[in-house]
Amino acid sequence: MHELSIATSLVELACDHARQHEGRRVTKVMIRIGVLQHVARSLYFCFDNVARGTACEGAVLEIEEVGLTVECPACRAVKAPSGLYNFRCPDCGVPTPQVVTGRELQLVSIALAPDAASDRPALGRAGDEPIYARSTS
Amino acid sequence: MCGICGCDAGEARIDGNPSPEAAHPPLIRSRTTPASHDHGHGHGHGHGHDHIHGHSHDHHHRDGHGHALQSPGIVPDTGREHLVAIERGILSKNDGFAAANRARFAEQGMLALNFVSSPGAGKTSLLVATIEGLKKELPIAVIEGDQETENDAERIRATGVPAVQINTGRGCHLDAHMVGHALDSLPVERGSLLLIENVGNLVCPASFDLGEAHKVAILSVTEGEDKPIKYPDMFAAARVLVISKIDLLPYLRFDLERALDYARRVNPTIEVVRLSTETGEGMPAWLEMLRRQARAARAGLPGGAGAGREERGDGLAAMDHRRRAAAI
Repeated sequence: MHELSIATSLVELACDHARQHEGRRVTKVMIRIGVLQHVARSLYFCFDNVARGTACEGAVLEIEEVGLTVECPACRAVKAPSGLYNFRCPDCGVPTPQVVTGRELQLVSIALAPDAASDRPALGRAGDEPIYARSTS
Repeated sequence: MCGICGCDAGEARIDGNPSPEAAHPPLIRSRTTPASHDHGHGHGHGHGHDHIHGHSHDHHHRDGHGHALQSPGIVPDTGREHLVAIERGILSKNDGFAAANRARFAEQGMLALNFVSSPGAGKTSLLVATIEGLKKELPIAVIEGDQETENDAERIRATGVPAVQINTGRGCHLDAHMVGHALDSLPVERGSLLLIENVGNLVCPASFDLGEAHKVAILSVTEGEDKPIKYPDMFAAARVLVISKIDLLPYLRFDLERALDYARRVNPTIEVVRLSTETGEGMPAWLEMLRRQARAARAGLPGGAGAGREERGDGLAAMDHRRRAAAI
């Protein structure tokens, strides 16, 4: 439900960086989101709206989803729990509050248009499937 | 506008006045110079992760879209995208404001707590009962967050302690920036207990650090006992779980042990307090916990006992810190 705030912060951050590069238009925004954030897919719904009228308008949002891993204090090893909300070691059953990956919410990089002053944003994303990537690490 | 819940930013009001947010510069706008020449171009890019879908990552321009003439001094169009590595937390701006709030709290020896729950769990009633129990011992101040109305701040002011109401408009949570501005208009003393009542919402407030010492999640026994696993983020983000309205347990089928089991599944180290503001049952233990935490916060002040050391929960504080660090 807070996708809008996240999308707004994301667009603002990307625009800040674009401004440092002669205000070039952003053509792609690459982000990394942990599964525990539960916002990955829903970000597509609001990114375009938030980006409208900014240097990010028409940019493609590319999401890398990061799986959940926890550190088991008993095994002293990083494990992947059996479920998203079963914070126990899958091998020894000890509670594992220490999340190693899965809470990420990062702007990884942006791609800027080749020229500094584009006339208008990219058009026609209709029919394109959302780009969705998953990292299992 | 959010396609899911319709929430929006920039509508927050503090005590009925527009938030200074509205006066902040807007996002930069893309240039809209008229097209002066057309050309087609392709884009290549590389990135290091595997994709589920095998679809193409072609750039989404239509061929032949226009580009303005280049200004002198700007690198000529080479037909290639320019990739800028950033690697920063998306909420890093909020985290920056939260860090500033946290520094302010530490400097003043204040204990700031962020109360989160669904609407109707009894946040305001708990705040009122807490104030009545502690106002003779501690300076207390309150920040109230609601979409609309000053009702909650008025309930708090009736107890005699200062309160600021933040109306978030369509926003579904408080953020650190709003809290920073609310602090400016709140008379707080050194060593105060600051109670921040977030918007009643078990989802969004989990992601926004306000600079608080920790979050207190409230689950009333009139709700489902499976709320901790239905809204796991919130119960994972809280250090303390208050089970409220326990005077009603005899009339309900609420399975308290199951609720606690669910809460510990998502947060194995969560501290639990059971209470009723109606009968006062459990309130002494709750107030004692706050006294202890407030003492620890004051101990951080120069001249305070055990300066700079937290009495308890160090491991959890460290965990919260790591969690934040991971997001930056």
